[in-house]
Amino acid sequence: MLRLSSLSKTYADGTEALRDITLQVPKGEILALVGGSGCGKTTLLRLIAGLDIASAGAITVNGETIKGPHPSIGIVFQEPRLLPWLTVAGNVGFGLAGQSPQESQKRVLYALEKVGLAGFDNRWPRELSGGQQQRVAIARAFVTAPKVLLLDEPFSALDAFTRASLHDHLLLLWSETKPTVVMVTHDVEEAITLADRVVVMRPRPGRMMETISVTLDRPRDRLALGFDKAKRRILHALDRSLQPEKTAPPQKGADNASHWW
Amino acid sequence: MQVEVPMTDTVSNNTPSHSADPADPRRVRVKGSRTFALAGVLLPLVLAILWEGAIRGGFAVGRLMPPPSTIGATLWELAKSGELQLHCLATLGRVLAGFALGALFGTMVGAAAGSLVVVSRLIDPTLQALRAVPSIAWVPLFILWMGIFETSKVVLIAVGVFFPVYLGVAGAIESIDRKLIEVGQVFRLNRWAMVRRVMLPAVLPAWIISLRSGLGLGFMFVVAAEFMGASEGLGFLLVDGQQMGKPAQILAAIITFAVLGKLADGVLVMISRPLLLWQDTSRGPL
Repeated sequence: MLRLSSLSKTYADGTEALRDITLQVPKGEILALVGGSGCGKTTLLRLIAGLDIASAGAITVNGETIKGPHPSIGIVFQEPRLLPWLTVAGNVGFGLAGQSPQESQKRVLYALEKVGLAGFDNRWPRELSGGQQQRVAIARAFVTAPKVLLLDEPFSALDAFTRASLHDHLLLLWSETKPTVVMVTHDVEEAITLADRVVVMRPRPGRMMETISVTLDRPRDRLALGFDKAKRRILHALDRSLQPEKTAPPQKGADNASHWW
Repeated sequence: MQVEVPMTDTVSNNTPSHSADPADPRRVRVKGSRTFALAGVLLPLVLAILWEGAIRGGFAVGRLMPPPSTIGATLWELAKSGELQLHCLATLGRVLAGFALGALFGTMVGAAAGSLVVVSRLIDPTLQALRAVPSIAWVPLFILWMGIFETSKVVLIAVGVFFPVYLGVAGAIESIDRKLIEVGQVFRLNRWAMVRRVMLPAVLPAWIISLRSGLGLGFMFVVAAEFMGASEGLGFLLVDGQQMGKPAQILAAIITFAVLGKLADGVLVMISRPLLLWQDTSRGPL
């Protein structure tokens, strides 16, 4: 269980990036964060990853407070961020330094097979396409078996076909160990394809505005009626999130959202 | 947003973009590297033949600019008497000693300045000012300080090597990609592991390039060093050729410098090549 309580982040220059984020993500849930630019989605992920420090509030994983990078939290960034001087296998095994070489090798090859890159272990990152590099990054995050996996728009730079196939690879890996997944995306369809719950955020400062549950069976069919209904709800919420706030005292955050409708 | 292209979706499904790359291990990246390998020899060869022809044909006298055959003969004479080897070894020894010293200090000071802002603020302005001093300007001072023998020569060369290495290492460390550092942080590397597994490999290409330009400058500075009074070395051959009016000997020394410099650089490149196979450059590693 990932628990965020009253999380806020104000940068040194006074920019308020996040205000009062309270959220519980049960074990094995896939949660998607959507919202316009500047709503603090990426900041929120960086806080959970321990790469930034929250100004107020707390993050706990299974009751343990997160104060910095933690072994049970993995992240896939927007870019592959592979180390160019390591082979594909070296990159996937980068976080397995404590393991025996045999064990590490076994897990690396298994993860590569799962992302459809069997036989690529001795290649250099420069020899791979963008989609292949991002699959290596996904394998690198999964290979350490994190309890919480953070995805920061990892598919945004890829074409639609590559993206769809990566969704499949991701769900396949996820179904094995069922980690809690928090993903940031600007693609509503991607959110519905993958997530159990979609949180729509409101910008400046970043706050949670509305949470929409997606209860469709997996694998999800983009052409199904329920898919379209969910998409419409989220798009409506997104529209509202980008409209200027009309209420006089806007300082109450997410609670206000329900009053307008 | 929808991916609906009914007329073409069978085609698209047959060629998903991510698996278009067939299993084709260890592809040769640099295609033209063999084809034009000897092209570089062409220009000096043509020039040499033209000059030789001009003198043989009586179009030029060649007293101050002797033809290649005379230079070749001089080189041969020098080699036969063992003089050439003696001078080459003397020069190479000085360059190597100065290079080792300069590269060592350049790397250490550069690493300190690149990783600690305080150090950089403290010493960088001074070093940049010293860098602007021409090499010859140090010669009188070094002779006063360290005498006219080997020490002053090696130190002068080391000064020449120091600056490019210092600049290269400091700059490379400052420009390490923060995104890759974050990958190390996510996997909780400690300070030493971060240096060893992320920072050192990241600065390696720039470090090797700085060593190469340092080595090049080492060959420049060795001449200045040998001008300050040497009884052996290629620089001595130059001075001797001038004083004795032997242009062929001067040219022979110049050619030897060119060959030695190129060979030394080649050795450095050869040693570093296996370390840089991963580089994603347009022409392959270095």
